[in-house]
Amino acid sequence: MAGEVVLLDFWSSMFAMRVRLALAEKGIKYESKEQDLSNKSPLLLEMNPINKQVPVLIHNGKPVCESLIIVQYIDEVWNDKSPLLPSDPYQRAQARFWADFVDKKVSVAAKNVWSTKGEEQEAGKKEFLETLKIMEGELGDKPYFGGETFGYVDLSLITFYSWFHAYEVLGNINIEAECPKIIAWAKRCMQKEAVAKTLPDQKKVYEFVVQLRKMFVSE
Amino acid sequence: MASSATVTANQLIIMAELKLFRTWSSPFPLRVVWALDFKGIQYDTIFEDLSNKSSLLLQYNPIYKKVPVLVHNGKPLLESLVILEYIDETWKQTPLLPEDPYERATARFWAKFGDDKVLPSIWNVFIKQGKDQEEAIVTAQENLGFVERQLTGKKFFNGETIGFVDLAFGWLAKLLSLWEEVCGVTLIDHEKFPLLSEWIQNFADAPIIKESWPPRDKLITKYQALLEVYTSKEAPK
Repeated sequence: MAGEVVLLDFWSSMFAMRVRLALAEKGIKYESKEQDLSNKSPLLLEMNPINKQVPVLIHNGKPVCESLIIVQYIDEVWNDKSPLLPSDPYQRAQARFWADFVDKKVSVAAKNVWSTKGEEQEAGKKEFLETLKIMEGELGDKPYFGGETFGYVDLSLITFYSWFHAYEVLGNINIEAECPKIIAWAKRCMQKEAVAKTLPDQKKVYEFVVQLRKMFVSE
Repeated sequence: MASSATVTANQLIIMAELKLFRTWSSPFPLRVVWALDFKGIQYDTIFEDLSNKSSLLLQYNPIYKKVPVLVHNGKPLLESLVILEYIDETWKQTPLLPEDPYERATARFWAKFGDDKVLPSIWNVFIKQGKDQEEAIVTAQENLGFVERQLTGKKFFNGETIGFVDLAFGWLAKLLSLWEEVCGVTLIDHEKFPLLSEWIQNFADAPIIKESWPPRDKLITKYQALLEVYTSKEAPK
């Protein structure tokens, strides 16, 4: 079960953060290898030849790719504590559906908020807030998406919280005004030590995104 | 279909409460059909007309408004690959996913690669023309190369028997040759993709796949009409 755990990582990637968070939740010791995504290492290209992206978890020399697949793998291998997915098959299906929604809808719209301008950005902003409102609907009155405890869906979405300041400034939106429940939920998650320690500082992320935006948008 | 000797009273009750919303042609609900058929599970089918969606479908899937939807004891399940995992966890016979966590992660990766990259890249070959199509062919064949190598030393992606990844790539076994015929481009030839070509044959020959596949002539008509839409005007993605 233990053995060597290495994470091909990038500090501001919300996807890599998911894996760091899962490892922290389970108390798993690992080595983080920060990657230079503008000059990809031979190790990254060898371990993820298809997508050439982080995160990649290398467990006993064998790579696992795609953040949600890695998180499920971690949950299945280190199954003795802090379960991330529920045990009931229907609830598991629900959790998988919502994490997939974060990837398919929230993430895509979020990217448009910082990487586009003009009409495209307006559309991206609208969609982003809409997807967060849908997540609010799913959250309902529960403290976490997982119910009483932090779980898989919470993990899949909370990492985006570290980018909220960037979205708000670059997109000129007020997420708390539009989606107060999501902000309340996010702050609740940040009370957890693993989350607070894993997520990078929002201002640092903002500075990073400002630079990144230049690659996508001429202003 | 399970014989009455192997089906317990409990299973009969569970089975009676299983409904699958699908269309006659969409490959995604077919994955669910195959999974249920392989496990010998009985279910009711509701065929949807996506140009006139039923209120029930919209109630069960308000977010995506798509098929498949599997309703089990009144509770809806959405997204074909999520549904497949649910089926595998609920009915243990004829397992679709391996037991080993690393092999499961690998299977999930390939299914996702199929949906995220392979299918869209092949669809692009189908709907584009000229230089755009040439570029699309390069990308599609690159992706297919990765898939080909996954079959090294194996009859199916799952090994000796059909499993999760095979069902996920099922559309490739049947729809690809159809699309190739309709748009006049050959993506998979036996020389360049020997393993994939053989997998396509083996998968398509499986009785459950054969029995459930929609009529070929109907599909040709459908995709010919669809291609005309794409070639005659600037079609949105």
